[in-house]
Amino acid sequence: MKNKILEISHLTKNYQDLDGEIEAVRDISFDVYEKEFLAIVGPSGCGKSTLLSILSGLENKSGGNIIFHKENVILGYMLQKDSLFPWLNILDNCLLGLKITNNLTESNKNYVIHLLETYGLKDFIYKYPNSLSGGMRQRVALIRTLAIHPDILLLDEALSALDYQTRLALSDDLHHIIKQEGKTAIMITHDLAEAISMADRIVVLTKRPSVVKNIYKVEMTDKKNPIHNRKCKEFSDYYEKIWRDLDVHI
Amino acid sequence: MSTYSKEHIDFLKEKRKEKRLILFFQIAIIVFFLLLWEGASRLGVINTFLSSSPSGIIKTMISLFQDGSLISHILITTYETLLSFFLATIIGFIVATILWYSKIVAKIIDPYLTILNSLPKVALGPLIIIWVGASIHSIIFMALLISTFITIINIYNGFRETDENYIRLLKSFGAKKRQIFLKVVIPSNYHTLINTLKINISMSFIGVIMGELLVSKQGLGYLIMYGSQVFNINLVITAVFILGLLSYLMYFSISKLECLIKK
Repeated sequence: MKNKILEISHLTKNYQDLDGEIEAVRDISFDVYEKEFLAIVGPSGCGKSTLLSILSGLENKSGGNIIFHKENVILGYMLQKDSLFPWLNILDNCLLGLKITNNLTESNKNYVIHLLETYGLKDFIYKYPNSLSGGMRQRVALIRTLAIHPDILLLDEALSALDYQTRLALSDDLHHIIKQEGKTAIMITHDLAEAISMADRIVVLTKRPSVVKNIYKVEMTDKKNPIHNRKCKEFSDYYEKIWRDLDVHI
Repeated sequence: MSTYSKEHIDFLKEKRKEKRLILFFQIAIIVFFLLLWEGASRLGVINTFLSSSPSGIIKTMISLFQDGSLISHILITTYETLLSFFLATIIGFIVATILWYSKIVAKIIDPYLTILNSLPKVALGPLIIIWVGASIHSIIFMALLISTFITIINIYNGFRETDENYIRLLKSFGAKKRQIFLKVVIPSNYHTLINTLKINISMSFIGVIMGELLVSKQGLGYLIMYGSQVFNINLVITAVFILGLLSYLMYFSISKLECLIKK
């Protein structure tokens, strides 16, 4: 059994408004293990992004506990939009987090260059974001997140701004890079197929105010990369179960 | 060395042709207008005492130039405009920065900014003369009143509309407000800042001329006021013509600055 890196227990979040209080998250509890790829799915507006914002410290929780089982855990947050700065070249974009945190050392810079070279961006290091395709931009965004040596990666609908084909290809890339670098990842997505094909476990949330409905350990007889996993026979079983959990009505 | 395809060469030719055509018509319009004006004045269709003529303007310009007053009038107006422009830009930038830093201050100030910006400043002319005195200070004050509020509003709106995703990204790295300002807000508002400079130079110019019309003994505004008082329409239109040129030059300088920064 891998070590527990994060424990979330009875997390709640309420938003205050002049008209009253809005209960966004009612009761969320789950654990995250080291080097695990965890996906969180739930109906639209159920508070998935709120959950990541709270974990990353961008928003405060209303109640419950978030316990990191490691000292000085560094969190890397990857947003839905790549948000690359058009006025900076690719290398400077990737060094942004290091500059902000005052960790721009020669070895960190070399690590970033190594990542760019390893993951197919060697010829674009000094180019500007407008010369990159959507998929490449998102890869740069991932390297920018990895540059700060995060213990946990928070992926907030990281692929949803891309077209379907790029999404599929990048899900493979992203999965490969995260596993290769030995990172723990928490990904929220509205795409069930993406979650099942990429994750080791899936947390299913109910509609707002959200609680955890189910947690699935994704086990496949021939589990490999995300595109391949979509062809596994267990894939559709998981899809059906989670779809039922989500209880979608239009 | 790269070679262009015939299609690309044709495309470039077409673009050059279009550029020449635009320039031709731009010049043709002004030449046609000046010829029509000159012809009408010589044939007595229009009264030159009331509407002057291109040749009259040239004569006035030469005589002003020969007695040395033309350059000094231009210089004083330029000096007042540039001084107002720099002051309004600095004040506008500082105030917009404070408003961006504090949402509460921005909310408090908002109605005052709107009122002060929409108030016709010329109505304050007599008051400004009483408060500041009949000197260059009144002119600068008038120009500042006209250009500063619009500068504050433009820059602040630009700052406020900075892409939330950029800010969220920096916050996720633990950035402080100062870092967000320097690394995102300023660079992402490059176009807003340049456009504000362009508006500001025009506003400062309008303010200075308005101030010179109210109180001055030098400058192009003074020439217009003096010309109208002594019914010297040649002098008035000469000053207006130079104003147009000067205004274009100032706008052109900011555009050049924009190109330089882009490089």
